[in-house]
Amino acid sequence: MTELPPTPSHTVGPFYGYALPFPGGGDLAPPGRPDTITVHGYVYDGAGEPVPDALIELWQSGPDGSRAGAPGSMRRDPVTGGFLGRNGVDFTGFGRIATDPDGHWTARTLPPGGPGAPYISVCVHARGLLHHLFTRVYFPGNAAANAADPLLASLDPVRRETLVATAGPQPGSYRFDIRLQGDKETVFLEFT
Amino acid sequence: MATQSGITTQADIDRELTAAQEEYAAARAGGAPAAHHPARDFPPYRSSALRHPRQPLVAVKGDPETVELSAPVFGATDVTDTDGDLTVQHPGEPLGERITVSGRLLDRQGRPVRGQLIEVWQANAAGRYAHLRDCHPAPLDPNFTGVGRVLTGDDGAYTLTTIKPGAYPWRNHNNAWRPAHIHFSVFGAAFTQRLVTQMYFPGDPLFRYDPILQSVTDDAARQRLVAAYDPALTRPEWSLGYRWDIVLDGPSATWREEDHG
Repeated sequence: MTELPPTPSHTVGPFYGYALPFPGGGDLAPPGRPDTITVHGYVYDGAGEPVPDALIELWQSGPDGSRAGAPGSMRRDPVTGGFLGRNGVDFTGFGRIATDPDGHWTARTLPPGGPGAPYISVCVHARGLLHHLFTRVYFPGNAAANAADPLLASLDPVRRETLVATAGPQPGSYRFDIRLQGDKETVFLEFT
Repeated sequence: MATQSGITTQADIDRELTAAQEEYAAARAGGAPAAHHPARDFPPYRSSALRHPRQPLVAVKGDPETVELSAPVFGATDVTDTDGDLTVQHPGEPLGERITVSGRLLDRQGRPVRGQLIEVWQANAAGRYAHLRDCHPAPLDPNFTGVGRVLTGDDGAYTLTTIKPGAYPWRNHNNAWRPAHIHFSVFGAAFTQRLVTQMYFPGDPLFRYDPILQSVTDDAARQRLVAAYDPALTRPEWSLGYRWDIVLDGPSATWREEDHG
């Protein structure tokens, strides 16, 4: 059958900051969950400079591998028109974080589940980026599963390294830098 | 890239845009497929220079367990009743030309994308964003923030009420002005279908000069970013109506089952 031609992408531009980020956007984990992990990193441009106007979106399965998600990432307050924050119980699987002036972002979330090597899907938006980019955060503790992952296995070791977070500095925290261009450029994905 | 004075003029940009058009036309004549999306490396849009990957994208296909084939979900808690009307978010009414923007959210098979989130943001009627870093010396409107959101209905339909945004200057090159546009952020049935884009208004004289719109080098694709004036959506003595349908790209789980299973 004839497919409809798609609507073209455009850059998110410089002024999304009062529209897209929402309070608690990086706090995917319901408070008090002992298995909460911190995933954080910097976004760099081709000159190695931090990108202070990038928007990072995360989408992942729950620890049980469920990809059903849940509504309520950006609950609205019908009284004030502001945001209520997440309900503190549901795991929506979705996060959205604007990089700070240092180009840094942080998410507190639950570890994704299988089957296969667990990963968090990342969608990168930025001023200057005409079409968003997809990448993935894999975790260093899953060596055997990572080795069997079709995507990771298809990459040469230097490129593969860009998709695997490094543990630290605190227990349960993982650093994942995104390099848009140049040395150690992050592997970006297309889905066909 | 620049004139002897070191200032990049609109004429410089126009030459670059023409060259990009000619390069695309030559590629098409040589059998290249239509480019629906902009190249991430588009030199006339100066900010793209250091922010596009140089390595080719790595294809992911075939695995039905792929997380990106599912999508975040949003519901009644994520949208208030007034979020779809950008003219009622303050005590007074915003200045400007009131408009209704309506259309359908579809996938490439033409099926409605139901219950998904559309977020919008835009400049006010004077061309100023309610953002601290927008230093354009045009007035802010205390009755207009320019942010809205809506969930699509069972038929994929959405409707927004807002005011028509103004054109505004930016610093890509000397005397650069963006055509009036509304930013759209759209979720689909799969994360692969994520779309962030901009909707334009028909007949804007700034189209041909704008490196962001012209980054879409395919004429037909560029036209799909322009809403149509629609008298059927225009409300008597209330608002002008524009129709803009959105078609999401990218595979989804249902696409695989039904068409490629």
